[in-house]
Amino acid sequence: MSAQARFPAASRLLHWLMAPMIVAMLFIGVGMAATVSKRYELLVSIHRPLGIAIFVLCVIRIVNRLINPPPELPDMLPSLQRFAAKASHIVLYALMFIMPLVGWGMLSAARYPIVLYGPLRLPPILPHDLTLYAWLRDLHTDLAYLFFATFLVHFGAALFHGLIRRDGVFASMTSWR
Amino acid sequence: MKPFRFGAGLVDNAGVLVGLGAIGAVMLSMAGAFAYTGGWLSPVRLTQDRMMAAFRDANGTHAGFRRNHAKGVCVTGWFESSGQAAALSKAAVFRPGRVPVVGRFALAGGMPFQTDEPATVRSMALRFLQSGGEEWRTGMNNIPVFPVNSARGFYEQLLASSPDPATGKPDPARMKAFLAAHPETVRALQLIKERQVTSGFANSTFNSLNAFRFIDESGASVPVRWSAVPVQPFAADSAVPSAAEDENYLFDDLIVQIAQHPQQWRLIVTIGQADDPTNDATLPWPADRRQIDAGTITIDQASSENGGRCTAINYDPLVLPAGIEPSDDPLLSARSAAYARSFTLRAEEEHEKPPSAVTPQEVQAEGKS
Repeated sequence: MSAQARFPAASRLLHWLMAPMIVAMLFIGVGMAATVSKRYELLVSIHRPLGIAIFVLCVIRIVNRLINPPPELPDMLPSLQRFAAKASHIVLYALMFIMPLVGWGMLSAARYPIVLYGPLRLPPILPHDLTLYAWLRDLHTDLAYLFFATFLVHFGAALFHGLIRRDGVFASMTSWR
Repeated sequence: MKPFRFGAGLVDNAGVLVGLGAIGAVMLSMAGAFAYTGGWLSPVRLTQDRMMAAFRDANGTHAGFRRNHAKGVCVTGWFESSGQAAALSKAAVFRPGRVPVVGRFALAGGMPFQTDEPATVRSMALRFLQSGGEEWRTGMNNIPVFPVNSARGFYEQLLASSPDPATGKPDPARMKAFLAAHPETVRALQLIKERQVTSGFANSTFNSLNAFRFIDESGASVPVRWSAVPVQPFAADSAVPSAAEDENYLFDDLIVQIAQHPQQWRLIVTIGQADDPTNDATLPWPADRRQIDAGTITIDQASSENGGRCTAINYDPLVLPAGIEPSDDPLLSARSAAYARSFTLRAEEEHEKPPSAVTPQEVQAEGKS
C-alpha cells in the first residue's frame, strides 16, 4: 500500500467539527418541517444559529483550504472515481456556503426576525417580497435534499475507501495519531 | 478462493461483499432515519402538511389566502406604552414611548369570501416594531378561551367540522364523537357561547388566549395573558339584518369608524399565579387576577389586503422580543408551525390570488362615507 498523506490538522479539525453540525442541521431541518409539536419551537431556535455557525466555519474552511491544500488522491484511483470525488467535494462546499445564505435570505424576504439568541439577531439581506420568499423557501428544501444525498454519497465513498479499497484515503481524514 | 484485486488493497471476494453490504446497510439506515425524521414513515404523525390538508378538506382551496382567518383587512397605527408593564418585562415595547403597529382584523375560518356573521370569531393581529429591530407579533380573538388545548384537538375538530363528501355538509355524528372525546372543548364552547357579541370589530375585546411569560431585567418571570380592550363603548350586536345586504358589514363598519376617528384599545396584561394553567388555552384564569394597563393601541388607517402592509406578514405567535417568552402551551408551537406552512403556501400561490373580499375600492368608498 502506498503511503497516503494525511489532511493537515486544521483541515481535519474543521471537518470533524462541522460534520456533526451539518448532519444535525439536515435532520433538524427536515424534522422541524414535519411537526406541529412542542419540538418545533426548540428545533427552529437551534436551526437558525447553527446555520449561521456553519456559514462562518465554512468561510474559515475555504480560507484554510487555500492555505492548507488537501493531499492528492492516490494515483491508482480510477479516473471516474477521481472525478466523482472532486465533483462531490465542490457540491459539498457550495452547499455549505449557499444553504445558510438561502436560509438567511428567505427569512429576510419573509421579514421574519432572524434571531440568533435572545436579543441578538441578524439584519435582513433581501427586500420584503412574498414571491422571492416562496422561491427561496422551495430552493432551501430542494438544496437540503441534495445536501443530504451528497452527504450520503460522501459517507458511503469514505467507507468504500476505508473498507474496500483500503488505499489510505479514509485514514487521511480519520487518523488522529 | 482466488484473490481478487480491487484498487490498491488485496481483498478476497467474500471480504468485498461483506464490506459492500456493511456500507449499504449503514447508508440505508441513515436514509431511513432521515425519512423517519421527515415524517414519511409515520402516517399518523401530525405534520404541517397534514394540518394544511385538513384546512383544505374543511374549506376548499383558496389560492393565495391564509389557511385560517382568511378574510381580513390591513390596518396601521401605533402603540403608546404607559410604562406600567416595564417592571415585569424588559421588552423595549413596554418602556414609555411609542412604537409603530401594523395590524390585521379578520374573521376565523379558511373561507376568504364568507359573509360577515355576528357569531363568527373575530381576530386582531398586531406587529409591534420596536426600535433596534426586535418585533412582537400577536394574534388575538374575541373569545374568552380557545376551543381546544392541543394541535391534535385542533386537527380533529377541523376534520369533524369538514363537509362530508356525500352530503356536502358536516356530519353531526362526527362532531358528536369529537366532543365526546374532548370534554375540555365542550366546557370551552360553553364559555365561548356565553360571551357577549358586540356590534363590530371596534368594540370587541381580543384575547391572547395562550399564556406567555414576561421576563424582567433580573431574569425573573411571570405567566401572563393579554387582551386588547376597546376604548369604544360597548354596543350589543343588534342582530338587525340591515347589514344583510352588505356581506362585508363588519369590515365596512370598521373602515368607516377608523376614517371618522382613530380607534383605540387598551393593552391589558393579566398576571397569572403559580397554579394558573399556562399549558391549556381552554381554561380561563380566575377573574381576580392582577391586571396592568400596558398602554394604548391606536389604529388610524385601514387598507385592503391588496397592497396592504399586513399581507406579507405572518403573525407568528413565537415572534417575540427579549422580555416575552413562550409558555409551555403546546398550541404556541403548533400555531407557529402551521402559520409558517400556510404562509409558504400562499406565498407560492401569490401570482394566482384573486382580489380579497374587501378591495381597495371598497376601503376608499367606505372611508369617505
